[in-house]
Amino acid sequence: MTELASYNFAYLDEQTKRMIRRAILKAIAIPGYQVPFASREMPMPYGWGTGGVQVTAAIIGPEDVLKVIDQGADDTTNAVSIRAFFQKVADVAVTTHTADATIIQTRHRIPERKLSEGQVLVYQVPIPEPLRFLEPRETETRKMHALEEYGLMHVKLYEDIARHGRISTTYAYPVKVAGRYVMDPSPTPKFDNPKMHMSEALQLFGAGREKRIYAVPPHTDVVSLDFEDHPFEIQRFEQSCALCAAHGVYLDEVVLDDKGGRMFVCSDTDNCEDRREHGHSGEMLAPSKEAAE
Amino acid sequence: MTITSDALSGGFSEPVFQSQSVFRMLMDGMARPGLIQRIVSDAGQPEPLGPAAGAIALTLCDHETPVFLSAGLAKSTVGAWIGFHTGATLTREKAEARFAFLEAGAAPTSFGLFALGSQEYPDRSTTLVLEVKALHEEAGAGQKLTLSGPGILQSRDIWVEGLPESFHRLWIDNRALFPRGIDVILTADTDLLCLPRTTRVGA
Ligand SMILES: [Zn+2]
Repeated sequence: MTELASYNFAYLDEQTKRMIRRAILKAIAIPGYQVPFASREMPMPYGWGTGGVQVTAAIIGPEDVLKVIDQGADDTTNAVSIRAFFQKVADVAVTTHTADATIIQTRHRIPERKLSEGQVLVYQVPIPEPLRFLEPRETETRKMHALEEYGLMHVKLYEDIARHGRISTTYAYPVKVAGRYVMDPSPTPKFDNPKMHMSEALQLFGAGREKRIYAVPPHTDVVSLDFEDHPFEIQRFEQSCALCAAHGVYLDEVVLDDKGGRMFVCSDTDNCEDRREHGHSGEMLAPSKEAAE
Repeated sequence: MTITSDALSGGFSEPVFQSQSVFRMLMDGMARPGLIQRIVSDAGQPEPLGPAAGAIALTLCDHETPVFLSAGLAKSTVGAWIGFHTGATLTREKAEARFAFLEAGAAPTSFGLFALGSQEYPDRSTTLVLEVKALHEEAGAGQKLTLSGPGILQSRDIWVEGLPESFHRLWIDNRALFPRGIDVILTADTDLLCLPRTTRVGA
C-alpha cells in the first residue's frame, strides 16, 4: 500500500464524501437502481474492491466497528489489507465477529449469521450491470432498465435451462428488487441470494471501475429470477463442515494431499470458529456424534 | 448580495465528524422511512432555517448542488449562510435544484416543478427539505400518517404537526412517477425523518 502520510479522516476528501453520500441516499430511495458516481483513485488496485472501499470510507465514523471478508474469510490478504487501511485512516475498531460489526465489507459472501437492524453490508462489485452480457452499450442497458424491459434476461435464463436442464448460473445470479429493478448481486454465490431478501441490514453496493453505487434497504423484497416450471434453487452441499459439522452452510472444498484427499469446510470462518467454540466439532477434529449424523 | 455577519457565523465546529454523523442519520433515515431522529448541532443557522435543516445543508450541499429556497427563506440571510458555508449556489428554478428548503407553513402547490429525474437517470432529482411544526412517534398532536414500503417491516405510524394540507395529494402524484420523483426530508427544529419516493403514505 502506498504512503498515507497526510490524509483526511477515512482517506477521502470531504467533497468526495459528500458526492458519494448523495449517491448513496438516492440509491436507497430507488432500490436496485445503479446511481453513477465519480469514482476516485484509491491507494489500491481496482481488483481490490475500490468501489466498496469508497462506500465504506464515505459512511464510516469513529463509533463504527468494521469487519472485512473476502470469500467468507477475515484472514485473506485482501480482507486484511482493507481492514488495516481503515484502522490506519479512520482509527476505527475492527472485528471478525459478524454480530459485533456495524459495517461489514464483503467481496463475495454474506455472513451465515443473520444480520440485524442497524448493520450495513457493503459489497465490492466488479460488474454492476446484470444486462451487460446481453448488451454491451450502456445507453441501451439504461433504456432497458428505464422501460423495465427484462424479457431478454428471461430468455437467456430459459436458454440455460434448455441447454443444461437447469439455470447454470451459480454466481451473480440476477435478482429483482422491490418488484422493479433487476440487479446483479455480483459476485456473491446464489446460495446467498435468499439472505438478501427482507434482510434487517442495509445493503450497499459499490463498483469502483464501473462507477456505480446501488442499494437494497432493509425489509425489501429481493427475488431471484426464475420460472414456474424451474423455480430458483440454491446449491445444496451433501457434506457437513469437516471442522464444525455445520449443515446448510456454504462450504469450500480444500485439497489435503496429492492422492485425492479433500475435505469441505465452512466458507464463513467466523461462523465456523464460533461453532467450534460452542463445542461443535467435525470429523477432521474429533470423532463426534454430530459428524456421523 | 451583501454578506452580513449573520451569514458568516456558525458552521459545524467539527465538520468532518459532524457531517459524518448527520449523514449516517440521513442514511439510516432513508433506509428506515419515518424513523424520527434528533440531531445535535452547533451550526448556528440563521432564522427561519431550523437546526436539522441547517445541519442537512452543511452535510450535503456544495458547489455541485444548486439550492432552491422558499420565499420565506429566500428573503432571509439563509441563502448567504448556505452559500458561504457550503459553496452552493442558489437557484430560482426548481427544476435545477438538487436540494430545496421550505420553511414551516410554506404551502407547496406542486412537486412536479422540481427536478424529477429522467426514466434513465431517476437519481437526478430534487431532495426536498420541508420544515413542519413537530414530529411524533406516539399518538397525540398532529396528523397520523401510516407509512409502508421498502425499509419498513409491515407499517409504521407517525404523527406530523404542520404538514401542508396539499401533502397527501402531492405525494400520491409523486409516487405515481416512480422510479422518477422527489425525495422528502421532514424537519422540525432538531428532529428529522425521511420519506424516500418509495414510501406509501396512508392516513
Ligand atoms: Zn465449519
